[in-house]
Amino acid sequence: MAKDLVTGYEPMTSVDAISAGLEGVGYISTRQISTAVFLAHGLRKPILIEGPAGVGKTDLAASLSRWLDLPLLRLQCYEGLDEGKALYEWKYGKQLLYTQILKEKLNDVIGDAETLQASLGKLSSFEDLFFSEQFLESRALLTAMKQEAGSVLLIDEIDKSDEEFEAFLLEVLSDYQVTVPEIGTIRANVPPIVILTSNNVRELGDALKRRCLHLHIGFPDHARERRIVRARVDGIEEALLDQLVSFVQSVREVDIKKRPSIAETVDWAKTLLLLHSTALDESFVRDTLNVLLKHESDIAMISPEVPKLLREAASKKPGGRMVSGYPDVG
Amino acid sequence: MERPLTNFIRALRSSDVRVSTGEALDAARTLKLIGYADRAMLKDSLACVLAKSPEEKVTHDELFELYFSREDLPSQSAATGRNDDTATAGNEPPDPVELMESGDEAAITLALEKAAEAAGVDDIRFSTQVAYFAQQMVKQMGGGRLQARLLEALQTGGQDGDSEAQRLIDIRRALTMRARERAEKAFDVFGAGETQQFRDDYAADKKLSALDRSDMERMKRLVAKIAKRLAIKHSRRRKKRNRGQLDVRRTMRANAGLDGVPFNVIWRQKRRDRPKILVICDVSGSVAQYVRFLLLLLWSMKDVVPDLHAFAFSFRLGPVDETLEQNDFEVAMAKILREYGMGSTSYGQAWSDLKMNHEQLIDRRSTLLIMGDARSNYGDPRVDLFRDFAARAKRVIWLNPEAEPLWGTGDSVIPRYRPFCAQMSHVATLKDLERAVDEILSAYS
Repeated sequence: MAKDLVTGYEPMTSVDAISAGLEGVGYISTRQISTAVFLAHGLRKPILIEGPAGVGKTDLAASLSRWLDLPLLRLQCYEGLDEGKALYEWKYGKQLLYTQILKEKLNDVIGDAETLQASLGKLSSFEDLFFSEQFLESRALLTAMKQEAGSVLLIDEIDKSDEEFEAFLLEVLSDYQVTVPEIGTIRANVPPIVILTSNNVRELGDALKRRCLHLHIGFPDHARERRIVRARVDGIEEALLDQLVSFVQSVREVDIKKRPSIAETVDWAKTLLLLHSTALDESFVRDTLNVLLKHESDIAMISPEVPKLLREAASKKPGGRMVSGYPDVG
Repeated sequence: MERPLTNFIRALRSSDVRVSTGEALDAARTLKLIGYADRAMLKDSLACVLAKSPEEKVTHDELFELYFSREDLPSQSAATGRNDDTATAGNEPPDPVELMESGDEAAITLALEKAAEAAGVDDIRFSTQVAYFAQQMVKQMGGGRLQARLLEALQTGGQDGDSEAQRLIDIRRALTMRARERAEKAFDVFGAGETQQFRDDYAADKKLSALDRSDMERMKRLVAKIAKRLAIKHSRRRKKRNRGQLDVRRTMRANAGLDGVPFNVIWRQKRRDRPKILVICDVSGSVAQYVRFLLLLLWSMKDVVPDLHAFAFSFRLGPVDETLEQNDFEVAMAKILREYGMGSTSYGQAWSDLKMNHEQLIDRRSTLLIMGDARSNYGDPRVDLFRDFAARAKRVIWLNPEAEPLWGTGDSVIPRYRPFCAQMSHVATLKDLERAVDEILSAYS
């Protein structure tokens, strides 16, 4: 392979460079995240990201693609997803259409052939035509392999796909190549940066885990969440920001059905800004609680606690309160 | 591969973190990429490569702190690198008295590490071995010579001899303390996990009714582990090829390129049933303890068996799903025992309650799982009802905490139910339970 091959990964020289680069496109990274990305590039391995919903798993892939200015290829997994939808499919319609057109031309093509052998020979040249790239509908995985300067391949919610599909992915992820029987093996000149996300709907197979780097993204601590909100919401006052983030962090400590994610914090901050609120007060929080919490029972549970949580938020020192760093393990 | 890394991986494995050879190689490549210089980054990186679940990451972080806390690791690894090893192997260890009195921390640490390696301290398995290994280390560091000098000083006697002896005793004590610390740390890193494993194995083989309160925490952890293991094994649903039924749509599509000639034929596929389990528990005094673990295990597997219904009885039978769902497990169990555990056991009554109120739940894909000793206080066992259930259900499986020789003795009516059960087994330990649940789920895949 040519040494001077230009790939889009040059900026990833160090962990710090990755953190800075991601921050440049509005993604506030942590050491763990940046290290994982650095290793993924260094070891040529996919990253498997687990963690609660809405902590920026998918967003990491999008941000990487924005920062490196590489195409983002997204494969959303679901039950029943198969190779045809993930890798490639023949364009049946187009093939049929061409067959029909050829039918009429058939006489012209083999018209002057004397023997059956000769006409077969003439026809066989068309066979290859039908199974060529022209009729190949390439899906996310194949497209990612074909990118000359590299790409970011996001395989989202891999836990929703079937076991069979997971097994099929193993080949793609370990060799960065796919095989189309009629054409041959297509190998990525520049392996894509692969990011798989999982919400733990089902336990993933060991084989897949073995081939990936494993990254767990939990809820952010106070400082990081503050930075994220500030990066996403323009013109929010510092005092309000502090209060808001502290409140959300306190809500997360309550045992509720769905703990608010970063996305919801950001939405809430935007709501506050839109309503020209300058400080959190009790009635206001109650009125807008439905932005933060998405279950009726959660709202019912938090609502009476609002004054207490607000007091807590005001008195609490911002800073890490997570004990283990993996909050959903407890 | 570098020795510090292989040892660290060994420590991880002994603490139940599965590290494959491939992952170990990845770790080595990571080290090459990152180096030892930045400890925080090393920790994050190894966590990425070696620990593949949140639980494993917690274990990894703890072990990392323990293992790589031996200070100035890079210089140490350089000093004990292969080249140096062979060069210094023949050398006598430095004099322990001089060493300890010099106060040169680096030299002492180095000597301790060397002695630890020579004594094979990292092979430690049990905490009772700490003293032994500490002694071995002292010996490696020239304890024999120290002892000889001490004897000499004692024989000399007098003022000088006594003070000299005291000095040597202090040094020996300090040396032993350091060696002990080192051996204890080795135990934390390499032995603790395995001791835990050993105790777990022991607990899994212990009779469930013989467990006391102090075992409960361990058992809960074990049950969670078993549940996870079974869940992984059974969460995959295989498709069953149903040859003979053509999938017209997919066949046409697959053969469109062949001008519609059905060259590749695709058969319709049928999914296997999802497991449905009706668990019926005798919660009278003699069986309650077994029921506790069965329910705990099944409830930990809710993800794999979403269609799970539990009933409890001693006299009257009633559903306990809600109680289990809404409360903490221990609280729920206490409630169930209060509500259903007091009556005098009657299997006949339980069957007729089941027939009256819940028969519609039993269908051809449900497994009827019964936990009880079938000691029915000489009442009518209502075998007729039981036969109907067995005919409606996919399978009936009976778990009996009593050993087989006792079946049919006294008021036990179990032989009369036996002909209708696909399986009837004696369940005494957690391992038996695991096997039984595994068996039930296997019938669905």
